[in-house]
Formats: sequence, C-alpha cells, structure tokens
Amino acid sequence: MTTAAPAEAAPHKNASGSAEQTPRFRRPGRIRRIALPYLLLLPALILELLVHLVPMVIGIVMSFKELTQFYIRDWGTAPWTGLSNYQVSVDFDAPVGEALLHSFFVTIAFTLLSVGLCWLIGTAAAIYMQDTFRGRGLLRALFLVPYALPVYAAVITWVFMFQHDNGLVNHVLHDQLGITDKPSFWLIGDNSFVALLVVSVWKGWPFAFLIVMAGLQNIPKEQYEAAALDGAGMWQQIRRITLPSLRPVNQVLVLVLFLWTFNDFNTPYVLFGRTAPQAADLISVHIYQASFVTWNFGTGSAMSVLLLLFLLVVTGVYLLLTSRGRKTADV
Amino acid sequence: MRRIRAAAVGAVTVSLLTAVTACGGGSSTGGGSNDSPKTLTYWASNQGASIEVDKKVLQPELDKFEKQTGIEVKLEVIPWPDLLNRILTATTSGQGPDVLNIGNTWSASLQATGALLPWDEKNFTAIGGKERFVDSALGSTGAQGQDPAAVPLYSMAYALYYNKKLFADAGIAKPPATWDDLVAAGKKLSGDGKWGLGAEGSNPSENIHHVFVFAKQHGADFFTADGKPDFANDGAVDAIKQYVDLMAKDKVIAPGNAEYAQNQSVSDFAKGKTAMLLWQSASANLESQGMSADSYGVAPVPVQSGAPGTDKQVNSIVAGINLAVFKNTDNVDGAKKFVKFMTSDEEQKVLNTAFSSIPPVKGAQSDASFNAGANAVLKDTLAQSAVAMPQVADESQFETAVGTAVKDLFADAAAGRPVTTDSVKAALEKAQQQMPTK
Repeated sequence: MTTAAPAEAAPHKNASGSAEQTPRFRRPGRIRRIALPYLLLLPALILELLVHLVPMVIGIVMSFKELTQFYIRDWGTAPWTGLSNYQVSVDFDAPVGEALLHSFFVTIAFTLLSVGLCWLIGTAAAIYMQDTFRGRGLLRALFLVPYALPVYAAVITWVFMFQHDNGLVNHVLHDQLGITDKPSFWLIGDNSFVALLVVSVWKGWPFAFLIVMAGLQNIPKEQYEAAALDGAGMWQQIRRITLPSLRPVNQVLVLVLFLWTFNDFNTPYVLFGRTAPQAADLISVHIYQASFVTWNFGTGSAMSVLLLLFLLVVTGVYLLLTSRGRKTADV
Repeated sequence: MRRIRAAAVGAVTVSLLTAVTACGGGSSTGGGSNDSPKTLTYWASNQGASIEVDKKVLQPELDKFEKQTGIEVKLEVIPWPDLLNRILTATTSGQGPDVLNIGNTWSASLQATGALLPWDEKNFTAIGGKERFVDSALGSTGAQGQDPAAVPLYSMAYALYYNKKLFADAGIAKPPATWDDLVAAGKKLSGDGKWGLGAEGSNPSENIHHVFVFAKQHGADFFTADGKPDFANDGAVDAIKQYVDLMAKDKVIAPGNAEYAQNQSVSDFAKGKTAMLLWQSASANLESQGMSADSYGVAPVPVQSGAPGTDKQVNSIVAGINLAVFKNTDNVDGAKKFVKFMTSDEEQKVLNTAFSSIPPVKGAQSDASFNAGANAVLKDTLAQSAVAMPQVADESQFETAVGTAVKDLFADAAAGRPVTTDSVKAALEKAQQQMPTK
C-alpha cells in the first residue's frame, strides 16, 4: 500500500527539478531501488504464506468436514458437515464440549499464574542484577540456562525429578525436609497442575529477565539520583521510576509470554505424554488428542479455529487497552 | 552482481511456488506400481531392548534378502510411542515406506484409512498361501468379511512372570492359577519395600490389553455385535474395577505404578522389587536387564476359576506385529517378495528367536525351540486361550479412550481416593461419549 506514494511522488520531483535527460537514466535504477526491498522480502513472505497461512486456511476448511480415519488418506473427499464440528465443540452439556471447556479454564488459570510468576521473578531478578557485585556475570549466565536448554532435554529431566518413587522432588520434600506426610504424586492426579506450573515458570522466567534487563538499560541513572536526593527509598524508586519506565517493554513482554504459555505444547506433552491428567489438561494437548489420538481431525480443527478466534480477540483487546493507556499517558 | 541477486531471488521464488503446487497435489489412489524395482523402505517397530538391538538383528537378514533378489531394503526402526503417528502422517501425505510394521490391534483402524494393500487371495498366493498362518494370528489382520490389511509377522501373548526366589522365600509352592490365588500370593509377597505385582498404570495400551481380558472373563465385550461402542455395560465395569482393585483394594500393586508408562514395571521385576509381572514376551527384555533365565518362571495369566481356555477362561489377547504394504508403493512386486521372505519358515525362526516371540507361521512354530520353557506357555496360550482385540475401525480410539479412563482410575487409587462401581461406570460412560460419532 505504501508503494504507491513514493512511486508517484518521484516523477513529479524529477519533472519539476532536473534536466530533461536525467530521468531516462535514473528511472530504472530508482525503480530497482524501490523494488529491491520488496523483492528481498518476497522469500520471507512466501515462506510465511507456506508455513502459516496455507495450513491455517486448510485447517479452517477441515473444520467444516467430517474428517475421520476413513478420509485422512484423501481428506478432500471427506463430506462437508457444515457447523456440526463447531456445535460439538461448544455443546458444553455434552462430554466433548464439557471437556473442552474444562481444558480452557485449566489453560486460563495456568497461563495467568505462569505469566504472572515469570514476570514477577524475571523483573525482581533483573532489578536485583542492576547493582554490580562479585559474581554478577556468572549469576546472569546461570539464570539464562533454562532458556538456553533444549525443551525436551530440560522437561524430561523434570519428569525424572517428579517421579513418585525415585524422584528428587519427593526425596527433598519428604525424606529430607519432612514437609509432606508421604511421597506425593506429581505426574498424575491434581498435583500435576503444580508440576506443570513449576516447569513452565522455570522455563519462562529467564526470558522475562532478559527483556526487563534490556529495558532497564534505557532508564537514565539521573532519575534515580534525583529521586534519591529527594529522599525516595528503594520501593518508591521502583514504583515511581522503574515500573512506569518499563511500561512499553512490559506490554510486549506480557503479550508474548501470554501467547507462548497459552499455546505451549511441548511442556505438557513431554511431562505427561499423549493424554494429560485432568488437572493439567492444557488446551493445546487437548486439541492434539482430539485430532491425532481420537482421529477426529474435523472436530480438532474446529477447536483450533475457536482457539485462534479467542486469541485474536484477547490480543486485539489487549493492544487496544494498552495503546489507549499509552496515548493518555503521553498527553 | 545485481543480476545474480535478482536471478537468485527468482530461483528461490520459483522453487517455493513449485513446492506450494506440489503440496496441493494430493495423494495417489492407485494400487502401487513397479517404478522403483530395486529398492524398498521398511519401517520396523522396535521389538528388542533398543533400536540398536533391532538393527543388529534385522540388518543381516535384509542383506540376505538383497543377495537373493537384488533389492536393497532401507531400514528404519521406529520406537513404539511414535509408530502410530508416523503411520498416520505417512497415510495423509502419501509419502510413506513401502513395507511397514503395525501393531496387530490397529489392523482394522488402519484398514479403514484405505492406505494399506489388501491381502486378497492373489496376494496371499504370492507369499505361499493363507493356510501357512496360524488362525488366531489371522484373526488380528483386519475387520471380518474384508481382505486382511496385513500379514502376521510376530505373535505374542501375555503370561505371568514370577520370581522363583521371592516365591520360595514367601513359602509359595506354585504360581497362582486364579485371581484369588494371585491376590493371596501378592499379599504374602508385599512388604519391606517389595510388592506382589507390577503394572503400567499410565500406559493406555497396556491398560486396555488387561481390562479387555478381564472383560472377557466377565463375559463382557466393549463393542456390540454390530460394532457400536458399549463401554459401560455391567460386565465391563466389574472387569475394570477388578483390575484397578489390585491396587486400590487388594494392595498387591505399588501405588507408584500408577504413573509408570516407560516399562518401569519390567525393570522393577528384573531388580526383584516386584515378585510378579503380567507381560507379553518379556524374556529378551528381562535378560538384557541382567535377570538370568533360571531365576524366573513363566505361567499362564490367572483366570477367574479353573484353567485357561475359551470364553470366560480367556487369559490373553492375541498380541503381535503384522507386516503391511503401503498401497502406493513404487515397488509392489518387491514388497510382496519381501513379505514372502520375512514370513518364510527359515526367517521366522531367526526373527522370532531373536525377539522371544512366537512365529505365526505354522511351519516355523512346530520347531522344537518354540516348544520349551516360556515359549511353550506363550504358544499354548495363543492356541487355546487368547482372543483378538475388537477388529473394528474405532479400535485405536477405543484403546486411548478406555485405556486413559483406566489410567485416571489408577491415579485415583494411588491418591487413596475410592474406586467404586459408580466411579468406574462414570469414567467409562465419559470415555464412550468421547468416541467420534458417525
């Protein structure tokens, strides 16, 4: 859309300004210069189309089809079913819809807690690391280890630690500290939610730490010095200077963390396998189960589309609210 | 320079566009061709203690086949948890292997996709005839009334493995023959960190195999005669309750087993932590974990009363692996030759000995080596008291739905929550309602 303006504006300038012959020589070069960025973007655009948009469109088409094992070999021949996959997904009195709704609430609770804790720990650590002290570099590197480790390797280690009989977690909580009466189950039953949350926060907070630390570099030291002169304590400085200055950074950080956590598939899948315990039945694994375990790809696709719509609405509302907030703040 | 850059951009664009159009091409619907007669790809399921062990067993045999026929077989051994997904992906994309292993309980489900070559009279003749195979094994090759979707390769059955020393220490003279005996023995054997019986509570497939046998012993089925799910009937509820009660009420299974899904119960048995194990063809696995063959005994899986047999005295599923050919193979004749080779009497003896399974081919099964020790028990079970899992298109979903319900019930039992007839019934009703409707 923006291409039209400079392309039209250019000849105007030329015609009014320079000698008659120059445009003939210049024009091809200029067009090339204008077109080049777009040409360079083209591979990325095509890849984006291939990797995201084409599958998305296929997914939407699938959600209107009765796609079971009888048709997966040639899914184009699956019969159309109209909205019935959507009806099944949102019929909250029937088991499929009820299970989806349950999974949705579990995911919301999990996401809010995980993002909140990741942000809190990340911000606290970043503020703490602002001061120079011996071993700061080492500590900073250590903090980033969970972020740098491959997800599978990290989560499978947690699986070992959470085991009932031989796991480190029960060994510490029960055998050494005596906090629990008997060894607890972490990978099945209700505690699985806690296990999932612990791993998710452990994995996610270093990202928050990294981003907040970068944001902190942009706050001028003079502000803190002036505040200190005026007698503001540490808490007041954090509340009045640090947090407001971090606002634009946090807006992006929280949104990104929210979307990542809400859609996280790897962590629950490696922790619990193909079928997650009720208490930790995140929506991503739930949809996977509906599609690839129950072989009901039509319903699974409908659930995916519903999830996409939900995330679009949430992101839209969030961006609207935060941008409005920023405008009023600027004024 | 610029020209080169433009050309490069153009080339990338063209290749990407080609990829897009190729994606939209869809899969062929024909019955295979002979476009590539000199090669075959083979997806083998992981049968031995590791993928490396399987490769060591299979590669010399594949080399033998190449020498005989000039056809090179490219082998890939696929771990169990990935196998079904890999087959589904291959089915959807049409980019699969030529020959592959399938779990024999999935036969009817995969048959319904239409991706596998049907084994009609002509195809069976090409590999020496249907009569060469044992009937019980043929019962797990696809839905009744249709041409089989696969050919039996390895047969297995469940048996009761018991630790001789622990039994002697507890003063138990012989392995239990009924569930009451098993519970009584299990109670004697449990204590001091040791437990009577091992289980894989978080593995839906393992769960489903056991509860299916229990259901048969209660005279129940999970599907009606016309193939509709009927998970929550009284017999099925009693069957599942009886199985979960081994942990919940009888307390002969350790609560920790509720989260087992990686064959930890086999390791526990090999280490002497549990005295009994219900498993299919465990010998090779136990020996690879350092348990000598003379330290454990193998007996038939217990029944409700009397001795194993048909109907209510069924004590195992017909477990095993089938060999299937992808319909859109580029070497259909070679694939059939390969199936013929793998199911020949000679190869059957080599392969089934290596994987401690039983040959589903009559000519090999009669060999003396399959008539002694553990093999004799497995062979008798297959011949007399094992039944095929439901051969319906929804079998794979049934395994997951009911197997997961049992997993959740085990989790309840482990946490000390009551497992009642009502809670079992509710779990089964929910599982049934989650099955796809057609």
